[in-house]
Amino acid sequence: MSENYYEKADLEDFPNIGEYAPEAGEKFFEYYTVATGAGKLSEREKSLIALAVATVRHCPYCIDAYTGKCLSLGIGKDEMMEAVHVGAAMAAGDILAHATQMRKIIKKKEM
Amino acid sequence: MGLKEKTDFAGNFIEKLSICGLYPLYATGVEILQMNITRRCNLSCKHCHVQAGPGRTENMTRETMARCIRAAGDPGITTVDITGGAPEMNPDLEWLVVEMGKLDKRVLVRSNLVILLEEGFRHLPAVFAANGVEVVGSLPDYLGEGTERQRGRDVFGRAIEAIRLLNGLGYGKPGSGLVLDLVHNPVGAYLPGEQKHLETEYRRVLGGVHGVSFNGLFCLVNCPVGRYLDYLKNSGNLRDYLMSLEASFNPESAGRVMCRTTLSVGWDGSLYDCDFNQALNLEVSCSEKGKIGDIDLPVLAGREIRLGGHCLACTAGAGSSCQGSLTE
Ligand code: SF4
Ligand code: SF4
Repeated sequence: MSENYYEKADLEDFPNIGEYAPEAGEKFFEYYTVATGAGKLSEREKSLIALAVATVRHCPYCIDAYTGKCLSLGIGKDEMMEAVHVGAAMAAGDILAHATQMRKIIKKKEM
Repeated sequence: MGLKEKTDFAGNFIEKLSICGLYPLYATGVEILQMNITRRCNLSCKHCHVQAGPGRTENMTRETMARCIRAAGDPGITTVDITGGAPEMNPDLEWLVVEMGKLDKRVLVRSNLVILLEEGFRHLPAVFAANGVEVVGSLPDYLGEGTERQRGRDVFGRAIEAIRLLNGLGYGKPGSGLVLDLVHNPVGAYLPGEQKHLETEYRRVLGGVHGVSFNGLFCLVNCPVGRYLDYLKNSGNLRDYLMSLEASFNPESAGRVMCRTTLSVGWDGSLYDCDFNQALNLEVSCSEKGKIGDIDLPVLAGREIRLGGHCLACTAGAGSSCQGSLTE
């Protein structure tokens, strides 16, 4: 066990995340493959979505994996950054939308 | 954690081949004669595995070319693949393609495209067309910026101009019989995406934005040899890159690696399993010693291939060869 919680090498261990619960792990990978593979949306579109989600979720492994995947697919750096901005705008919007609760409470409590 | 510390990539590669019954790996014939006729090049790309450039002086002589032409007459050989450096910089290229053109074989010339616009080389596309030569043009990145990062300033625009010139002669146009294929390779320490997907993207941008056309796209995995190996080391990417090649090992690709059907000839006539082994100075392992023409092709046809950690680039994912991916 290393001293750091996040290790770059952990990404290589991803195929083993089913350890201790192999049946659920297998089902997860099946689902993951279907959900991220080309369907009505292309692999390109899904990779950009995955990259945006990875940054919003602050997952260093997924950011590494999907940055590499986007580069492999020939996606431009400007397109990748645009996708990240969609994530950033969604996150900001999500926070501001939650301020609705605050505004409602203020209005209820203030005389 | 269960992560094995792996550093012996050559050993790991052989272990993987052994598991799928492919070690030792033997050639199955000689169908492609690849000739590396010069180390000279007008460019000095950052990933060049043969470390070509304007300062190199090695050129294949006409006498060695003549030996290759005699060897290429063998009925088993279907394809002659002429590469370099920039093959155009060998003064005997024109003579070679005219002579090879008489053999009724598929003849390819690998070009960096931009040289075709330079003084002293502009007549070559017409020579290629007259002799039915297929042109395989390098264009690492259809977005331009990556191409220039790897190959130098203004290279993308000039490459597009060269493609336009080739299109004007019929290259890459349906029904002309003149073939122009393009080559993609990643501009950095990652593997290429699926060939079919990238070909669609290339067509969308090259056709839609630049108005040029081509026949097919070959996706190549960068082989950790020469300048590309230096880049991987200097940028701290070597271990990760080799790990990702190893993790993507595909037995189906392994069975189809190009060295099984290729014989690679160096500028001085020396024989190799492929252009990468040539860059590494790994001559063919064979019961007889000699240069092109000294050893009978049937003796070379069943030779054992000399392998190393760099071979992982040929077996990763859909596989990689001078003709692009090895599997769907
Ligand atoms: S990669 Fe090709 S074009 Fe670039 S320096 Fe090497 S031989 Fe020349
Ligand atoms: S690097 Fe050369 S010898 Fe090794 S597998 Fe690829 S083609 Fe064969």
